[in-house]
Amino acid sequence: MAIEVRIPTILRNYTGGAKSVEGSGSTLASLIADVDSRHSGLAERLVDDGGLRRFVNVYLNDEDVRFLGGLEAPVKDGDTVTVLPAVAGGQS
Amino acid sequence: MLTLPGALRAAIIAHARADHPDEACGLIAGPEGTDQPQRYIPMTNAARSPTFHEYDPAEQLKVWNEMERRGEEPVVIYHSHTATEAYPSRTDIALAGEPGAHYVIVSTRDPEQAEFRSFRIVDGTVTEEEVRTAGDDPPGDDLAGDDLAGDDPAGDDPAGDDGVAVPEE
Repeated sequence: MAIEVRIPTILRNYTGGAKSVEGSGSTLASLIADVDSRHSGLAERLVDDGGLRRFVNVYLNDEDVRFLGGLEAPVKDGDTVTVLPAVAGGQS
Repeated sequence: MLTLPGALRAAIIAHARADHPDEACGLIAGPEGTDQPQRYIPMTNAARSPTFHEYDPAEQLKVWNEMERRGEEPVVIYHSHTATEAYPSRTDIALAGEPGAHYVIVSTRDPEQAEFRSFRIVDGTVTEEEVRTAGDDPPGDDLAGDDLAGDDPAGDDPAGDDGVAVPEE
């Protein structure tokens, strides 16, 4: 079972420079844990105590997973998950 | 150093003015590895706030997917400050997620004169850089604009005096 996970530039130090890695799982949470088992530290950049990190965008087949159940979003073979750090900032 | 066409610099300032008093945000894409800002992409500030900006996540994916298709990367990532100086805030620094980009900040706090400054933000470290608009170089001098930021050791332009308080376009 292979799900493609596209990795943004700033997280490629966890994947040896790879733009995408493969993983498996039935939910986004289990997929992240699976990928983290081979690329240690990646999960911590995506998830905190409250779930998916606030300024990290995760998409499942081009849809924002915030609308698909977040970490509980079901994933399956052939899906593509994309991670993009939010582009944001403030005046303080 | 950031080298960009004068028309794109003007477009960024115009966008910042148009969205004032909300922060404006956007980017300029260019072919991967060339450091050439070419394609101007203004973005919606989903926060619609005078003190915060954030790309709409769905729009961001579309833009990033298109850059991937076209072999581009974000060369300039810009936003405006509406009441403070054109310098990265703590939040700007904490959230800077594109280590290869030039972070341009425009301040619209003065209605007459916009401030336009550029920075590299890598691993939480801010380095200001010179901004050069195309046409500034005399013939034969750095025509390709390939004096990349890496050539300029941090500290050479501590005052950041290139780009401060530029005339309104």
